[in-house]
Amino acid sequence: MFETLTLSPIPPEDEALRLPLRALIAEQTANMPLDRRARSWQGFDAAFSRKLGQAGYLGLTIPKEYGGQGRGPFARFVVVEELLAAGAPVAAHWIADRQSAPLILHFGTEAQRQFYLPRICRGEALFCIGMSEPGSGSDLASVRSRAEPKGDGWLLNGQKIWTTNAVHSDYMIALVRTSGGLADRNVGLSQLIVDLKAPGVTVRPITDLAGDAHFAEVFFDDMHLPPDALVGREGEGWRQVTAELAFERSGPERVYSSLILLDAWANHIAAAGRSDSASLRLLGSLTARLAVLREMSLAVTARLALGESPVIEASLVKDLGTGFEQDVPLLIGDDLAAHPDEPVEPELLRTLYYVTQIAPSFSLRGGTREILRGIIARGLGLR
Amino acid sequence: MRAIEAGGDPGPAWHLFEQSGFLDALVPEHAGGAGLELADAAPLLALLGGHAVPLPVGDTMIARALIVLADRVPPPGPIVLAAGAGPTPFAGVAQHALVVAGCSIAQVSVDAVVPVDAHLTGRLVAGATVATFSAGRDSLRPISAVLRALLIAGAVARVLDMTVDYANQRSQFGKPIGKLQAVQQQLAVLAEQSVAARIAAQIGCRNGLAPSSIDAAIAKHGASVAAVEATAIAHAVHGAIGISEEFDLQLLTRALHCWRLADGAESYWAAILGFGRAASECGSIDLLR
Repeated sequence: MFETLTLSPIPPEDEALRLPLRALIAEQTANMPLDRRARSWQGFDAAFSRKLGQAGYLGLTIPKEYGGQGRGPFARFVVVEELLAAGAPVAAHWIADRQSAPLILHFGTEAQRQFYLPRICRGEALFCIGMSEPGSGSDLASVRSRAEPKGDGWLLNGQKIWTTNAVHSDYMIALVRTSGGLADRNVGLSQLIVDLKAPGVTVRPITDLAGDAHFAEVFFDDMHLPPDALVGREGEGWRQVTAELAFERSGPERVYSSLILLDAWANHIAAAGRSDSASLRLLGSLTARLAVLREMSLAVTARLALGESPVIEASLVKDLGTGFEQDVPLLIGDDLAAHPDEPVEPELLRTLYYVTQIAPSFSLRGGTREILRGIIARGLGLR
Repeated sequence: MRAIEAGGDPGPAWHLFEQSGFLDALVPEHAGGAGLELADAAPLLALLGGHAVPLPVGDTMIARALIVLADRVPPPGPIVLAAGAGPTPFAGVAQHALVVAGCSIAQVSVDAVVPVDAHLTGRLVAGATVATFSAGRDSLRPISAVLRALLIAGAVARVLDMTVDYANQRSQFGKPIGKLQAVQQQLAVLAEQSVAARIAAQIGCRNGLAPSSIDAAIAKHGASVAAVEATAIAHAVHGAIGISEEFDLQLLTRALHCWRLADGAESYWAAILGFGRAASECGSIDLLR
């Protein structure tokens, strides 16, 4: 089963993007401490995202006529891999570049494409995605936020929560009910682009257990939306959301969230002169798992490049990948604690503590472990 | 399969493989083979694992290619790859073995076997050395490990198919157990391990018959981890029937454990990879790209 996932080398023309990009990243990350770089795709720096856009590293899969690079998923893989491996702050453009732009390209009107895509590709239009609500987590079809047709537009009321980057974003693509009722489940939901700077929106940041405020709750209070707020078709929101999941679930970000810690610890054991077999085994086993996950992510990238939407395969990579990401801080913590008389740089320790604390989120965001396994089980013909 | 495992004559089955021409699939064309790259032959080798073929067909395919590449003529009959002193899969039906002799590979006859699992896996008692040929240092164990990884990948894929089928057929509490979330979640993990094992084994094949120690380590580590998880989940889902002799699952899960333990399991290869990485001073991505 899943035999289409097979070793898929990065084409040389996409691999060639790597070294020029490194110089740009090195300049940005030179003075960032490890524990900030470990924030991975939650590190926010709008100026850096604009710099990436100017240099042509955003909108890689978007056609040139909309300001993109007209390249494919492999080019995007290389760029994302380099950014994450260095711990560059990518949050400002992350969701717009990964999900919103492909969604608008695929389902949007020509006017919407012209309006949003060039700005996303320049790193100037920041997006978040409004999915979860206080009563809707894994059971996403139970969303209660509602947009009623009003005049030729919409009147939006409701609340989103745990919305990543809502505080910094210009727009939210919100999944809301536009017709039918709760009993209709995933029928009658639509995706609307909400201007977060417009009247009727309140955004309140939520601080996480590590002291960061990367997510927020967002309230819509009798908010008037123009007719062209609708992306795609009314009532088709669920199908559209599902179609984009393969983009969201298979990328290097589902494998590399603990990479800064892993590489810093590898440097630490080298500096400490460790050559015992327990240390080498741990270094080797983590590296071996990473190697396989990287190739699995590339194998899904190859399916995306063929125009497929490998949602089940992507779920499989995400579940295995986030499990690895979560094991890294636990195993490295155990290793360092097994050498209580060995001095460790405070920067590495801060990185370890941060990643250890935030690691539970790795298998919550973008679909929980249990939901993903349910999707895989359905793909196996079990439901 | 059961007859051969019980000590029956492997000759007729072996004769079919000999006639098929597959034994020389990896031998260069100028020497009468099919000249396939290892990566091209990988699905064949995995298929052998998926059917738990109780003969060293994959071993012999690789051994014949290595012998021809050393400008020698391969002997007729089953050859096993036996890189160390541990138990060798298929030793019980082997006539010849490739073993490590200093910095060389030696072709030896198999005088006797001390079995450890049925009549197949056992410790070789090597007989006369027929030939030695120089090869890269430590060259036999990596390619052997990659072969075991391919066999494991094929067997795990088959175990997944069998276990999903069983979960859909076996009814408890008034419905197929495959409808129970607790079972579904385990089968999802089994599916993940099946893909991971295949990708790991493919990484081992990307440099043909001379895999780097890093690629061999990634392949055999990943496949060995998958073998452990897959056998445990498959037996848990099958319940008692899975450990009965007459049900085919045991042919695959016993083989999986044998192949996992042959040519270094996950910890051996983790140490090799860790040593290689520590020596390179590369970050993760530069090491792996």
